[in-house]
Amino acid sequence: MQLTLGPVLYNWQPGQWRDFYFRIAEEAPVDVVAIGEVVCSKRSPFFAGHMPAVIERLAACGKQVVLGSLILVSLQRERRQMAELAANTDFMVEANDLSCLGALADRPHAIGPFVNVYNEAAAAYFAGRGARRICLPPELPLDSIRTIATALCDVTTEVFAFGRLPLAISARCYHARLHKLSKDNCRFICEQDPDGLPVATLDGEPFLAMNGVQTMSHACANLLGEAGALAAAGVRALRLSPQQCDMVAVARIFRDVIDGSRTYEDGMRQLSRVYPDVPFANGFVHGEPGAAFIADKAGASLRARRPQAGGAMR
Amino acid sequence: MELICPAGTPAALRAAVGAGADAVYCGFRDETNARNFPGLNFSHEELRSGIAHAHAHGVKVLVAINTFARAGALDLWRRAVDAAVGAGADALIVADVGVLDYAARRHPDQRLHVSVQAAAANPDAIDFYVKAFGVRRVVLPRVLSVAEIAAIVREVGCETEVFVFGGLCVMEEGRCSLSSYATGQSPNMNGVCSPASHVHYREQDGELISRLGAFTVNKFSAGEPAGYPTLCKGRFQTAHATGYLFEDPVSLDATAMLPALRKAGVTALKIEGRQRGRAYIERVVRNFRTRLAELDDGVPAPLDDLVALTEGQSTTAGAYRKSWR
Repeated sequence: MQLTLGPVLYNWQPGQWRDFYFRIAEEAPVDVVAIGEVVCSKRSPFFAGHMPAVIERLAACGKQVVLGSLILVSLQRERRQMAELAANTDFMVEANDLSCLGALADRPHAIGPFVNVYNEAAAAYFAGRGARRICLPPELPLDSIRTIATALCDVTTEVFAFGRLPLAISARCYHARLHKLSKDNCRFICEQDPDGLPVATLDGEPFLAMNGVQTMSHACANLLGEAGALAAAGVRALRLSPQQCDMVAVARIFRDVIDGSRTYEDGMRQLSRVYPDVPFANGFVHGEPGAAFIADKAGASLRARRPQAGGAMR
Repeated sequence: MELICPAGTPAALRAAVGAGADAVYCGFRDETNARNFPGLNFSHEELRSGIAHAHAHGVKVLVAINTFARAGALDLWRRAVDAAVGAGADALIVADVGVLDYAARRHPDQRLHVSVQAAAANPDAIDFYVKAFGVRRVVLPRVLSVAEIAAIVREVGCETEVFVFGGLCVMEEGRCSLSSYATGQSPNMNGVCSPASHVHYREQDGELISRLGAFTVNKFSAGEPAGYPTLCKGRFQTAHATGYLFEDPVSLDATAMLPALRKAGVTALKIEGRQRGRAYIERVVRNFRTRLAELDDGVPAPLDDLVALTEGQSTTAGAYRKSWR
């Protein structure tokens, strides 16, 4: 089982962004790193200057670098950016919508979690056009994941396994709207919330998180307990989505539990320490509301197996 | 511009045909369409007779097979495609690449439209569907301004259709899992958003509380009209403000944008509302038919105020005005 670090979905300070990836390159046991601004094209100029050095460091440390495309492309400027991205032949591009698929045709590429691959026919269609990796939409239940992964043995099927769930994208910027700013003159206000802006119900119950034009879950996806079941279903990579926490530690915990060198129970305890105060969720994969955490199902396949030195699920 | 009207039932189809629709769109009574609500939609036999009725009046029928097929159950979607083609549908409205691929291969002469659920928001994405599946029309997501729509029309090799009235998705269609986050049921997988089966109302301390799944979506004080708890139109709180943070409980009304949409070169105008009754359909369709005639003749016609019919009794031109963003 591979580990993929998904792109940073929030508006982080450029220096923090660069240092985050430098540390990931050196220390995180991840196999693939998807990188680039996929949420809001207005943010990308800020860290574009750091991009070459970050990519170089990641590659030098043996990480496979994948360049993510924008989720929602509507401006001419964004189309040009996507055309340039698709023209990059040094690294695999991860398409987060169909805009750059034409330009990527028949070249190996990845399909990101924002492209609607809900079944084996859609997956096979994309695979037939050069998709080598497909990260499935987070709302898919395990039965669907298994059917798709089993049908496509030549493609690396990936599942969103850690981080706030990206639930929706809009033309409207909710951060700007909340702060009574126009989207065109947003003052990049989303930088105030590098882990998302908490949205609670009127009862005060945490519910969602705003991230500019994107709406995220409050709860943090955590499929550590499902890693075994996902591996058995044919999934070959788990995606860890960056939050404001020690993502190197998160990657190590996933790696260790998958490899059997740490128990699931200990892994969960550690994850709760690394990213405290945010509830975990695994509902989608069990066909339940995405916000739910189904405790009796999580870890079932791992508890059945005692820790061992070998990498049985690798 | 063609007027594309919703029909959730055979009665609504007849109402739309009678009120001046150029085309009616409808779906089968199952999870293959994005308005999979109890008591709605068509059996195969109802579709056949509905198409016969519409065609007898010179009206086209477009069949929406626009959810994303469930893995391992593709046959249900394929059978829906075959049945719609067999019934003589003038076009199929499809979102799923797997279903489009099947329809294009199996029925190469069948006219295909890209559903709004496919979120094809720019010429490159639209071009992909045209080249890959030979689609003839794209229904544009409700994220674009009129100027952007005009630019798309100039560039793409297929017709365009835009929503002008009814329910308004605030998020880009086909890319929203808010509903399933709270209920386990989503537009993409189940053809429902914020489903009624998961809605609960209760009174507490003089307030009416609406909940969806395990979450409070709104609270109404005594006398305040209580809307349906669609997630993106609920009231929530942050450290900065409390209220309708995503969108007010409004509906789309692009009546004022009709001249601009025509100038933009849009082929067809779509009215949302397959879940609506025949009286609503009749009145809205007739109103838009009048507006279009007025546009053609340049003679102003009396206005029928449709606001009272809409969700929340207030309307917006949505993303068609850039300031909405």
